[in-house]
Amino acid sequence: MYSEKVMDHFSKPRNVGEIKDADGVGTVGNPVCGDLMTMYIKVKDNKLVDVKFKTFGCGAAIATSSMTTELAIGKTIEEALKISRAEVAENLGGLPPIKMHCSNLAADALHEAIKDYQKKQKAKP
Amino acid sequence: MDNGAGMPLDSRVFEAMKQYFMDDYGNPSSSHSFGNAAKSAIETAREKVAQLISAEKPQEIIFTSGGTESNNLAIKGVAYRNRAKGNHIITTAIEHMSVINICKYLQKEGFEVTYVPVDKQGVVDLKKLKAAINEKTILISVMYANGEIGTIQPINEIGQLAKENNVLFHVDAVAAAGKVPINVQEQNIDLLSVSSNDMYGPKGVGALYIKKGTKIVPIIQGGGQESGLRSGTENIPGIVGMGKAAELAQSEMESESKRLIGLRDNLIKGVLDKIPYSFLNGHPTARLPNNANLRFSYIEGESLILGLDMYGIQVSSGSACTSKTLQPSHVLMAIGLPHEQAHGSLVFTLGKQTTQEDVDYVLELLPDVVKRLRALSPLTPKELLR
Ligand code: FES
Repeated sequence: MYSEKVMDHFSKPRNVGEIKDADGVGTVGNPVCGDLMTMYIKVKDNKLVDVKFKTFGCGAAIATSSMTTELAIGKTIEEALKISRAEVAENLGGLPPIKMHCSNLAADALHEAIKDYQKKQKAKP
Repeated sequence: MDNGAGMPLDSRVFEAMKQYFMDDYGNPSSSHSFGNAAKSAIETAREKVAQLISAEKPQEIIFTSGGTESNNLAIKGVAYRNRAKGNHIITTAIEHMSVINICKYLQKEGFEVTYVPVDKQGVVDLKKLKAAINEKTILISVMYANGEIGTIQPINEIGQLAKENNVLFHVDAVAAAGKVPINVQEQNIDLLSVSSNDMYGPKGVGALYIKKGTKIVPIIQGGGQESGLRSGTENIPGIVGMGKAAELAQSEMESESKRLIGLRDNLIKGVLDKIPYSFLNGHPTARLPNNANLRFSYIEGESLILGLDMYGIQVSSGSACTSKTLQPSHVLMAIGLPHEQAHGSLVFTLGKQTTQEDVDYVLELLPDVVKRLRALSPLTPKELLR
């Protein structure tokens, strides 16, 4: 059912975990099937120097989380905000149609984390 | 260990079927003509199925295309026939989707349906069932056992209740037939659905037991085969295969169910012992010999399936993420599991080929797969990861 790429990221997910002193944290729940994902980001000079995730969900949700962190690390904030679900799915060699909604989750969580970072920046004196 | 969606064909069943795929039905020395040979093969199969469920007469068995058609024939057949008498049907919240969808369809046609709840272990609430019976009630339809959580229902009590209240009793025995003893006469069952595929017979064949004297209307009109209740040319090799499967299931039931219960309980105990925050779904003892449904907090079933599949272990799950509708299994909802608990449910369906080595293999690998996925989950408490 899944591509080799998906299975690779599912069985060896990259960047799993939490970042203790994260600059931004984003959590999103999947309204479709009820899953949960959290992304942590570390920012330096407007670049994402580290991204980590935790996911409660299906194989596709885990693989898309992992792929999203890989795509995000090293990107500027502006570039990272442009990472789309379609791009995540494409980099995984496609997802079954019924699993497309899972790829939303990862990109959304990343964007939430960035928004959280931006809010904190503004709040700074 | 995923025999839930259908068992592989037993080679002895295939042997029995083989000659009936040919035009002249084999046996050249037979004095029967072509038509008679076919007829007698069907009647032999009918006897075997009747024996499996202790029906009084083989004529009480009608062959169909499978469990779904049998359920349709039973429920719609009774409902349409008894419209003048009443329009109320009682069933349960954990029936197979075929029964639930037939009932929903009948509701659109003006029938009233009561879906009786079940308790945490999946056992139907007898008090509520009794209270639901009214003068308009024409049918009670309850499954013998649930193929997902394994729970076996108190069929004797429900049969008694139906009899006392003069209401017809249909039992969907697709998951139970051939695995646990069924006696339609003693258990006061009026109609009973069986599927061939769930007892190592061929796919596309099933049967409905209709107690002598029980009047239903056919749902397929045609040439009047199967006493007019199921028109259409008989699927002769399929029916022969189902007969053979029924015969084998009956003769091997005692030893095989004992063996499976041993394996099942080793698996359940092993998992509960080795994996913290793991739980059994369904009833601990009133359960199908071949079913173990376990759930693991903080993780999701589809990822568990994938994780085990990498080691060649096949299982299924009632998680929302595995279903076409992205809804969790209605059975897990009915036993009161919160959404995230339903997520982590895993169904092991053991079969003839399952051995203690297989169980040991699962017990060796599953704890690591669970641990790995828990390490990924934002819901897992920190202390569990140490
Ligand atoms: S997370 Fe539920 S289907 Fe992917």
